[in-house]
Amino acid sequence: MRVALFATCLVDTMVPQVAWATAALLERLGHEVVVPAGQSCCGQMHVNTGYRREAVPIVANHVRAFAGAEAIVAPSGSCVASIHHQQAAVARRAGEHALADEAAALAERTYELSQFLVDVLGVTDVGAYYPHRVTYHPTCHSLRLLRVGDRPLQLLRAVRGLDLVELPAADQCCGFGGTFAVKNAETSTAMLTDKMANVLSTHAEVCTAGDASCLMHIGGGLSRLRSGTRTVHLAEILAATEEAVSPHQSTRPAVAR
Amino acid sequence: MTAVFLGIPTAPRGVGHLRGDRSFPDAARDSLRDGQLRANLGHATATIRGKRAAVVGEVPDWAELREAGRAIKAATMARLDEHLIALEEQVTARGGTVHWARDATEANAIVTRLVRATGADEVVKVKSMATQEIGLNEALEAAGIAAHETDLAELIVQLGEDQPSHILVPAIHKNRAEIREIFLREMPGVDPTLTDDPRRLAMAARAHLRERFLRARVAISGANFAVAETGTLAVVESEGNGRMCLTLPETLITVMGIEKVVPTWRDLEVFLQLLPRSSTGERMNPYTSLWAGVTPGDGPQEFHLVLVDNGRTAVLADEVGREALHCIRCSACLNVCPVYERAGGHAYGSVYPGPIGAVLSPQLTGIEDNASLPYASSLCGACYDVCPVAIDIPSILVHLRGEHVEAQARTTPEAVAFRALSRAMSNPRLWRLAQRAAGLGRFLARGRPTLPAALPPPASGWTRTRDLPTPPRETFTQAWAREHGG
Ligand code: SF4
Repeated sequence: MRVALFATCLVDTMVPQVAWATAALLERLGHEVVVPAGQSCCGQMHVNTGYRREAVPIVANHVRAFAGAEAIVAPSGSCVASIHHQQAAVARRAGEHALADEAAALAERTYELSQFLVDVLGVTDVGAYYPHRVTYHPTCHSLRLLRVGDRPLQLLRAVRGLDLVELPAADQCCGFGGTFAVKNAETSTAMLTDKMANVLSTHAEVCTAGDASCLMHIGGGLSRLRSGTRTVHLAEILAATEEAVSPHQSTRPAVAR
Repeated sequence: MTAVFLGIPTAPRGVGHLRGDRSFPDAARDSLRDGQLRANLGHATATIRGKRAAVVGEVPDWAELREAGRAIKAATMARLDEHLIALEEQVTARGGTVHWARDATEANAIVTRLVRATGADEVVKVKSMATQEIGLNEALEAAGIAAHETDLAELIVQLGEDQPSHILVPAIHKNRAEIREIFLREMPGVDPTLTDDPRRLAMAARAHLRERFLRARVAISGANFAVAETGTLAVVESEGNGRMCLTLPETLITVMGIEKVVPTWRDLEVFLQLLPRSSTGERMNPYTSLWAGVTPGDGPQEFHLVLVDNGRTAVLADEVGREALHCIRCSACLNVCPVYERAGGHAYGSVYPGPIGAVLSPQLTGIEDNASLPYASSLCGACYDVCPVAIDIPSILVHLRGEHVEAQARTTPEAVAFRALSRAMSNPRLWRLAQRAAGLGRFLARGRPTLPAALPPPASGWTRTRDLPTPPRETFTQAWAREHGG
């Protein structure tokens, strides 16, 4: 299958290794990966901060960039949820009905990574090797908006060498919430503190999730604590193999290119 | 707010409890520092979350019930005016008197006049959100009438000269030891050997209240539901104290928000299943009192129903926000909310705290008076999942943020930034330039994997407690294009 990769603005700009890992994984599974050059952002940050009018041209750009794509995959539950639940709605509210229809049609073909692997490709064992103790945080938008359920856990359980430990109170929000993390920084930090306490209680080396944004928040807190536990995106774990895994992964790429 | 709202009055200022004197982040700062409050709330909400999940899980058709609840509410709101008039006709036909109050000030004046007419200088009260919302106790006090709260938790709040912090358990922020201390200090004639044993505390409250029940000539209640077709009012409670107030006094005055009406008797079948499981985690509610008008020789012989708008019509005018009027005040959304659990109810500044408060209060008052509330959420969605009438609170929060931004008269620095970012993100060439500029941030790190902790605002809001990774030299899309020829 020819898969168009939507890196998402955050991954593209701040943690490109997550997009490289997604591409490497999909190619290893035998699919052709294309990266439309005009892509930028899904518009979620604008919508959720109240700038829904300003989000419309961003949605238009997204629809232009991915026009004609057969399947679109993004390593983010949150951005995919926004594409599914918000893009068409903000366009429609602004009276841009043609754009809304196109956005809705594109959303039909847009998948979060774990959903794409399990539901569309029908694989749970992606042939990965990752010899680390790992705990999984189900991010809120993957959990409650996309309902990815235990798909990420199915994928992780099939990874060779991986020691999966359950995260206590896993369904509790980590406190990121986009601009909430800054506008209500102290409440956000109180939520983060409890999430970190739960992560550290597992004695995992790695906390993983399907959203780079929440991981940047959790990882930023863990790094500030000098805790030694690091955050690694699900895509990086699934892309890792005996040949490609790198032993020093903190904020450097998990997968050698 | 927007043009839709012009002309429809919101809840007036200077009366009632819908507005705080500080923004949410400011008020939350204090409660976040209060370790005892955090412990009390964390413990209480975790317990009730578990109970709710267990009893909801055992209902095989919960999803259908929830959808029925949502549908009944939506249909009722669509013809609210007709249902209210039908309710008035039925209540009147059964010997009650209906009063219409545009806002808190009018409602308080009506109730004060009615109590005065009886000659009483005190009233007993059934726990009620509507009377808290309009500040009725303060209005009565100003008129020389003492209002005694009879719900145990409301009593604790009243004796402690505190504010409620939860819609079902107003004293949720207090633990047993603190309650014992309040009783010892404030309850006349209390046994000085009182311990913090729940039973001893309940018995002390019982003795204190019993005297007031037997003495009271006037009671004031709210209503959970009002059935238009029969004129029946319903109060759902678990202590029996409400039942005392509803049956013993000569005069009963019920103050009810106009959104509490349901069209038919059968509708209660749905809500009386949804409410107890969602709120207290019980299969069936212990005390459900239902009455219509007056019955000669049985219960209060004079009944008044005060229908309060206080901004509700303005909420109804907003196509997205009006769903907030479907709320049956079960408090499930508070109990699952990670923000409520940590910041506590007082941080919301309104009698309606938590997720529902964050969407209801700003709509009742007009967004300019509660502008920080729609942002007091990480949009985790837990509230929507548990709401027994499926109010999509996260979507309303996002909608109200949009209303707030669009109502701003002057351009804020944030708006300038978001508009510039929007222009960049909708133009690939500009976007690549913006990404390159962001990438320059890596020089601040001077070779370290994270940026310095001391960054200027607004980045400081992040970096005070969290490291920011150093941006890479090249973005993914640029590197991909270079390697794959794009
Ligand atoms: S919004 Fe829903 S969950 Fe929250 S109190 Fe109202 S009915 Fe209950």
